[in-house]
This record gives sequence, C-alpha cells and structure tokens, in this order.
Amino acid sequence: MYGRKVKLRFFFIILVLITLILSVFLILKSLEENVVYFKSPSDIKTLSETNKNKIRVGGMVKKNSISIKEKKLNFIITDFENEINVSYSGAVPNLFSEGKGVVAEGYLKDKSFFLATKILAKHDENYMPPEVKAALEEK
Amino acid sequence: MASLIGYYSLIIGFSISFLIIFFSIKNLSKSKLDNKIIFSVFFQFFFVSLSFLGLVQSFISSDFSNETVFNHSHTTVPTFYKISGAWGNHEGSLLLWLLVLTLFIFLFLLRSNDQPKKYRILTLLFQQIIIVGFFVFLIKTSSPFNYIFPIPNEGLGLNPILQDPALAIHPPILYLGYVGSSIIFSSALAAVVTNYISSSWAKHIKKWILTSWIFLTLGILLGSIWAYYELGWGGFWFWDPVENVSLMPWLALITLLHCTLVLEKKQILTSWVVILSIATFTLSMCGTFLVRSGILNSVHTFANDPERGLYILIFLFILVFLSIFIFLFFYKSEKTTTNSFFWLSKETSILINNWFMMYFLSVVLIGTTYPIFLEVLSSEKISVGPPFYNKLIIPFLVPFLLAMAIGPKLKWIKSELENKLNLILFLIISLLLSTFIIRNLDINFLINTILVTSAFYLFLITLKDFFSKKFKNLSQNLAHFSFSLLILSILFNNFLSTEIITNLKINETYENDALKINFEGIEQRDEQNFKAIIGKFVIEHNGGQTDIMQPELRIYNQPNIITSEADIKTTLYKDKFMTMNSVQNQEYFNIRYQVKPFMIWIWLSTFLISLSGLIGFFKKRYEN
Repeated sequence: MYGRKVKLRFFFIILVLITLILSVFLILKSLEENVVYFKSPSDIKTLSETNKNKIRVGGMVKKNSISIKEKKLNFIITDFENEINVSYSGAVPNLFSEGKGVVAEGYLKDKSFFLATKILAKHDENYMPPEVKAALEEK
Repeated sequence: MASLIGYYSLIIGFSISFLIIFFSIKNLSKSKLDNKIIFSVFFQFFFVSLSFLGLVQSFISSDFSNETVFNHSHTTVPTFYKISGAWGNHEGSLLLWLLVLTLFIFLFLLRSNDQPKKYRILTLLFQQIIIVGFFVFLIKTSSPFNYIFPIPNEGLGLNPILQDPALAIHPPILYLGYVGSSIIFSSALAAVVTNYISSSWAKHIKKWILTSWIFLTLGILLGSIWAYYELGWGGFWFWDPVENVSLMPWLALITLLHCTLVLEKKQILTSWVVILSIATFTLSMCGTFLVRSGILNSVHTFANDPERGLYILIFLFILVFLSIFIFLFFYKSEKTTTNSFFWLSKETSILINNWFMMYFLSVVLIGTTYPIFLEVLSSEKISVGPPFYNKLIIPFLVPFLLAMAIGPKLKWIKSELENKLNLILFLIISLLLSTFIIRNLDINFLINTILVTSAFYLFLITLKDFFSKKFKNLSQNLAHFSFSLLILSILFNNFLSTEIITNLKINETYENDALKINFEGIEQRDEQNFKAIIGKFVIEHNGGQTDIMQPELRIYNQPNIITSEADIKTTLYKDKFMTMNSVQNQEYFNIRYQVKPFMIWIWLSTFLISLSGLIGFFKKRYEN
C-alpha cells in the first residue's frame, strides 16, 4: 500500500493537528475562566446582578475621599457620573492620589461597594489607563 | 549644533542605503564581493552612530531646542541619566534600533568571509529593506531631531522611574538581542533564495542566534531586577504584556537554537528552521509595535502614539508577506530522504522541546493579544493576569523538565537509554527529597511535590553530568542546570515568601507573633534633582535578632513625581524587602515588608543561563 515514509508523515501531521487543537482548546478554555473584566462605576450601576468574579474598576479618585485606618484604606472611585466606594488593605502605589486616575482590582460586594485586592501602579504622572481615558471621554 | 550633525548624519546614512542596494544588485552576478559594499555598509554604520552620538551630546548639553531633549530631560538630571535619557524615549530608542540594525549587518559582512558570496549579498539586501523601513519610520514619524522655537529654558524632565542604573543599560542590551534577530531573519531568507539551508549554514547562523539570545536573556534579566526593586511590588515577573513581548522572541530563539543543532547534524527540519527564523524577528517587530503603539494596556507603557503604531503594523505586514512569498516561491524541500525519526533519539527529544516551546509561546501570544482582539470585536475591556499563565504553563513544566534531563543523554539518529538504573535512582532520590521538603510546608502537597520532583530531577542529573562528562557539552549542561536552578528558586521563592502590609504613623509599632516593626521616624535629605524622605524602621524578630530598614521616598522636582526606593537586605538565603509610601493628606505611611527567599538565586541562575550561551559561543565544536 503506502510506503513507510508516507505513513510516517501522515502520522506526524495527525499528531501535530491533535496537539494544536488540544492546546488551542485548553488556552481558550482557561482564558474564559481567568480574564478580568474592566468596568467603570457607571457600568457597575447598570449591571443586572453582581457575581463573584474578579473585576477591575477604573476612574478617578474622588477629591477628599481618601480615609485611612490602621488596616483599611477607603476611597471613592468616580467617573463623574456614578461612583463606588472602595475598601482596600494592601500596598498603595506611588501615584495613587486624589483627583488622579486609578485602577482597582477585586470583588464587588454590591453595586456600591467594592473590595479591592490590588491597586495598580502607573509609571507616568500623565499616563492614564486607556480604559479610564475612554470611560472619561464617554462622558 | 550636535542635533544638526545628528540630523544630517541620519539623512546621509539613509542615502547610503540606496548606494548599498545599487552596489549589491550590480555585484550579484560577479564572483567576488565588491569592497565598495563593505565600505558603504561601514559608512552607513558610522553615520548612524554619529547621529546617535549627536543625540546623546544634545542630551548631555541640555540643548532644549531639540524637542526630544526638551520632552525628556532637565538641567538638574544627573549626567549619567541625561545620557540614558537619550534612548529612554520613543524617538531615541528607535534610533538605537537603527544603530543596532546597521551594526549587525556590518559585523555580519565582516564575519562571513567563508560563506557563499551570493548569500552574503542577499542577506545584506534583505537587511537593507528593514533598515530603509526604519529610516523612513524614524525620519517621517518620529525624528529625534525636531527643532522647537522659541527655545525653552528648561526641559520637562525625565520620568524618575527611569533614573536607575539597571534601567539605563536595559534598553541597549535588550535591543542587541531584539534587533539582533533581524540578521537571522535576513540570512534565513537569503539562504532560502540561494538554496543554502544546510548544515554549514546552520553552523554559521548558530553564532548569530546565540548572540541575540544571550543579549535578550541579559536584557530581560536587567528589566526584571529593575522591576523588583523599583516598582516596590517585590515580584520579578508580572506577566505584563510588555514583559511578554520580550519573552516571545526569547522562546522562539531558544527553539530555533535547538533546531539548528538538528539541522547541522542531520540536514532535516529545514523548513521548520526557516519558519522559526522568520517568526523570531516578526515577534520582535510585533513587540515593538505593541509597545510603541500604546495598543496594549500595560503598566509599563511609556510614550506611545497610535499613528506610529499603524506605520509599524504596515511595515510588519510587508515584511511578513515578503518572507512568506520568498519561502513559498524559492523554498525547495530537503534533498535528503532520511527524514524518518527513530522514536528514541536526540532529534526526537529536540522535537519534543520544540513542541513544548511552541505551546508556551502560543500561551503567551494568545494571552497577550486576546484582550486586543476582544476589545476590537466586542468593545469589552479585559486583562489577562498571572492565574491564566500559571494554570496553563505550570502543568506542562513537569514533562518539560523531565525531557530536559533525559534528552541530552540520547544519541543522534538511534539511541538506547544507557544507565536506566541510574536515571530511575535519581528520580527516586528527587521524589524522596521533595516529599520530605513539601511535607513540612503548608501548601498543596500533590501538585507541588510533582513539580519540585521534576525540577530536582533535572537539577541532580545535570549536576552529576558536570562530574561524569567533565567539560564535554559544558554549555548545554550548564544551561539546563541553571534552568533547573531558576525553576527551583522561583518555586521556593513562591512557597516561602511572606508579606506584611500595614499603615503606620511615626512612632507606632506593628506587632504579630513573629516580629515587631517599630516606625522610629523619618529624615529628609536634598539631592541633585529630588528630595529624599528616609524612613527608619527597626524590626525585632522573635529570635532576638533585629534589622534596621530604611526605605526611601523620592520627591522629584521635574516632573513632580514621588517614587519609592525599596530597602533590600540581600543574603544568600533570602532578601528582606521594605517599601514605604505616603498617602495623600494622611499621617499614615503605607508600609510593605516582605521576606523573599532565594531571590538572588533567581538572578544568578538567569545570569548563568546567558553565561552558558557565551560558553557555547566561544566553543569551536559542540558535539563530537
């Protein structure tokens, strides 16, 4: 029938295809589970239900909203239309301050209360996360 | 003045490109390489260097009539950072790209005397296409020599986070690796056209692959060390898109390196080597595109501009189409018929390596680009974080590490596993060792034992080989050994790291059952372009040992930014790491104290990995 070489090549191609399909499937599957969605405070207001997934909330830190206790740091993220209370215990990046853009990562308690596990640092004082910029420009 | 010289040198360098292309095409049919070509390539390199020096000089002399200098420098910035500021911005870094491009083709021509002439000329031509593309890009969209009038008195300052020794030399080193892959791309295409993909080509190109790879490894290492102490998160790898784009060409290069070994030995896998060569440079270009266009949402994104991104994207597509065209049109499949693989042989084990590498590469590639596609398609904004990568990469690390231990033991073509007993014995030893260690730690037993076992296995096998094989295959052995060391350090660093984050006022004390942190006070110091606030913390451990940690806050004058400098006490076993942050309008300082075991081993093993590349580079023959 077919030569050994043809068989071998055929076998090889099948093997490559199978691994390819498997790995793509695996990657896409865990993408679904592990992506973190970005929301603005207004997006959160319009959510029909709050689930337990990790999300990122971005906007501006409202003026005079930072208060600090030994363990907890509380502040308000606003997109000048809606706002959300954030409670955080963890390290604060250098460029975190009132009136500046911020991205917090964590979990929603309810539609007006966010429990942050991480506040993302930005390197550049003029730099605004594209999401924040977009959220602000939509206004 | 310096800017003017810089600008005109750039234009001259650009015009020389056409001269080179003209000479090369004329020379194609001749039998000997025209010396004019080498001279003009040298002059092109010379003028681009001159242009680069012109930019550096403008930075040193704070010539604010130059827009780039104005945007990225300040009279009070220390001279060292004025110089590094020259490539710490978009325009300057592209000029550096160009400089490396011209440097590599010049070196290539000097070092390839023993290669066929037509192949050399074609490599030069392909490289010139890339060079011309970058000249146009630089001159048209991002000239570093734009003039502003009236001349400002003072510049806008350099981002303080870039004012750091590691990050000052990070771009040139990284670029030598990144851009160095261009020569692999050009010569692979040239070799396809001249039908020269062969064992002697593999031998010759291997040096270039190694060069690129060594610099890329060192560049990534420097960036990682910088992120560790400067960003104050205490980590060394965040799976941030900007980090990922440097990892992708690294993975492609290391795959390519292994593949050329097979090509050199057996004249097989030729098409695969060509595809990888093209992919490597394409990934480097993609990286530049993603970083420079600002399309990626990364915390490391500095200056960027969408229009420039578009240009790089178009250029990238041209290069990719050109290479696909050349590949399909000129590529002749391998002449040898011995392309059958015996299942147990060195080439099979290298193929296995390739499969894993391609898998890791696809994970990183998809994780990095998926958010972009999703945003375009559904305007949903997402980010992909460490859990994604951990979940997909860690399980496959186990077979990968095992294969890394056994693969090098196999012979070419057809092999038997020698010393089976030995291999099994080592597996049992590593299993016992890791069971013993993991049992005493409070972590998931099954997964971590398997993981640590495979890492120990590679570690022990390669360690043994240092003695049994003497200096044969030293570079390979050292590379695999250091990799196991790296994985082990990362694993134990993860298992054993501890962290305390709290907010303290001056004179307050934090206490838990292991230690006490006293915030004794702060003092101020004025430096050339920043004011430092230094905290003094006394940490009393329960064992009676005390440490004094002095993390620092720096308030820069221009731009007005606060950065924090971690205080790190490094020993062979662990790093103690402390950062302090002020919170606006509050008396509290945000304190982070971390104990990170084996940090120095992470750096050291990565350094050893690149050292092994260097050994391979200088060694005449790898394999007997």
